[in-house]
Amino acid sequence: MTSTDQQPFLSIKDLKVHFSTEDGTVKAVDGLSFDLMRGKTLGIVGESGSGKSVTNLTILGLHNPDSTTVEGSIELDGEELNGASDKTLEKLRGNKMSMIFQDALASLSPYHTIGTQIGEVYRKHTGASKKVARARAIEMLTRVGIPQPDVRVDDYPHQFSGGMRQRAMIAMALVCDPELLIADEPTTALDVTVQAQIMDLLKDLQKEFGTAIIFITHDLGVIADIADDVLVMYGGRCVERGPKEEVLRTPQHPYTWGLLGSMPSLDGPVDVPLNPIPGSPPSLLNPPSGCRFHPRCAFVEKVEGGRCSTERPLLEIVDGRGKACHLTDDQRREFFADLAASKAH
Amino acid sequence: MSNTSPLLDVSGLTKHFPIKGGFPIRRTVGHVQAVDGLDFQVSEGESLGLVGESGCGKSTTGRLITRLLEPTGGKVTYRGQDITHADRRGLAPIRSEIQMIFQDPYASLNPRHTVGKIIAGPMEINGINPPGGHEKRVRELLEIVGLNPEHFNRFPHEFSGGQRQRIGVARALALNPKLIVADEPVSALDVSIQAQVVNLLQEVQKELGIAFVFIAHDLAIVRHFSQRVAVMYLGKIVEIADRDDLYDNPRHPYTRALLSAVPEATVDEVPRERIRLVGDVPSPINPPSGCRFRTRCWKATEKCATEAPPLVQASGNKPGHLTACHYPETTDIIPAPRLSKDPEPAV
Repeated sequence: MTSTDQQPFLSIKDLKVHFSTEDGTVKAVDGLSFDLMRGKTLGIVGESGSGKSVTNLTILGLHNPDSTTVEGSIELDGEELNGASDKTLEKLRGNKMSMIFQDALASLSPYHTIGTQIGEVYRKHTGASKKVARARAIEMLTRVGIPQPDVRVDDYPHQFSGGMRQRAMIAMALVCDPELLIADEPTTALDVTVQAQIMDLLKDLQKEFGTAIIFITHDLGVIADIADDVLVMYGGRCVERGPKEEVLRTPQHPYTWGLLGSMPSLDGPVDVPLNPIPGSPPSLLNPPSGCRFHPRCAFVEKVEGGRCSTERPLLEIVDGRGKACHLTDDQRREFFADLAASKAH
Repeated sequence: MSNTSPLLDVSGLTKHFPIKGGFPIRRTVGHVQAVDGLDFQVSEGESLGLVGESGCGKSTTGRLITRLLEPTGGKVTYRGQDITHADRRGLAPIRSEIQMIFQDPYASLNPRHTVGKIIAGPMEINGINPPGGHEKRVRELLEIVGLNPEHFNRFPHEFSGGQRQRIGVARALALNPKLIVADEPVSALDVSIQAQVVNLLQEVQKELGIAFVFIAHDLAIVRHFSQRVAVMYLGKIVEIADRDDLYDNPRHPYTRALLSAVPEATVDEVPRERIRLVGDVPSPINPPSGCRFRTRCWKATEKCATEAPPLVQASGNKPGHLTACHYPETTDIIPAPRLSKDPEPAV
């Protein structure tokens, strides 16, 4: 352990990502800040259109520079990435930071063997020969648990099953021992038994290499399994953040309450209706004023002076725990206790 | 279950899709055994959940029941009438009683038709003229599914995913069906919207007394919605039981593994039992001999490879709880933990 461990490895400050479209400006991410330490996993949870994928594409510099404006700071290990040259980013991508995508079949080239694709990343960053890269590819396939790696290395993606393709993607992402791994819904397309395998694999690899992981998902169950910290996103902003245990046990934001309340469990009561969040996620072209969740929130009237629709609640973080909501702490305790009681019977 | 004949009776239901060879002679070179000998019943007003991983044949089963596909073998009886090989004319009266809700609310609504036309479609096709005309009935249906009745003139693109799925539900209800086959009706929706649609379906089921075959891969949602649940693996039912029986006392190793793999949004003091299955589901073109689950099962023996276990009531089970396993699980024995490393080849 060195002294750099105290510094956040990745530090995002007031990140804003806006797209200009024919219909106007889409504020996909609107003032997002978070830190990530080495060896830790941050789970980002949110519905479609909450800005979770855009955030991470922006970290990697994979956004379209012509139609996107990025403000704020993205600092990776002390190096500013917002505004960095293509050359700098190219050197970092696949090397110091890499990404696993949701759809492994669409993310692998059908014309090249798995081995070539893994080896290509390695050769680009280390200048190794084809022979060395192939050996490295076999080593990586072994590590992610592909059987007969020396044979399967010459297979094409279509010859792999869904779970194996995702393993191959992980092998490709890890081939240069990255220090930051971004996993964008890596298990959503997989069956539960295979999903469990892949999550175990990621946890093992993280233990071995001390990789920092950002894990994007819409499933709070997956978060409970893999994350250390949780960041809940809604409408391009962070509404709640904290250690996994606290966010899941004592969630503080009405949106998080809603998410947890709308999920059926394997041992809860069955003959009562679920508690869905009314309405649907906002359009980011013309987002609601004030708190972006207020049109769907059940507690808007509890806040004095109608501040929910006029004033943006600030995210106050104390010891890594915080929420962006106008309710007072007493109100919050009371309402959450009511919700918990109504769910229990 | 009562002695009266069930609404839907399925026995030995089988569907094999032929695989054709290439040029020049397109011979049949094999079969995908998508569904292989299913037996189950659905009573009136009951909801049966069908769960399983991709490729286990649950969607094919749904399409066989609605007779969008013709079975290769077995028998489907609807209210005492054999519809296994019924032709278009024979099916016509039944089509209005069995409806379907599809997974993708974007692909299952015609973008060029108004909502009113979409929902009135089944009535037009079946030549049904409700009192007050189609429009009145459409407004009524929109109201039932929680949409604004004034919106019947809008097009599907003006609605969100959850609202579109409500339109799909309204269309399925248009003919007062007795049975609805819902194929993954909520899996394309966001979590907060899923709950809205599940609640709607539950209301519909309770208030209108419609029987459901609810196909899903999400075990928690199936538990919430279905009174009875069948677990499928590679074209066969491995376990079928009342909801509480199945979730509290799973007897088939696969059911147990499946339940333990579901990630739950809770932080447990005591970690839950976790069974990690190795490898992937084998190909249905050439399924394993004997018990199809044996290649991933930690209890498999010689017997499992040679003898297919029948779907029977295992000792200690309640009536109606059927398990297809030579060595059913007991609740007090915790199976050896399985590691996810070194999976076997999937082929």
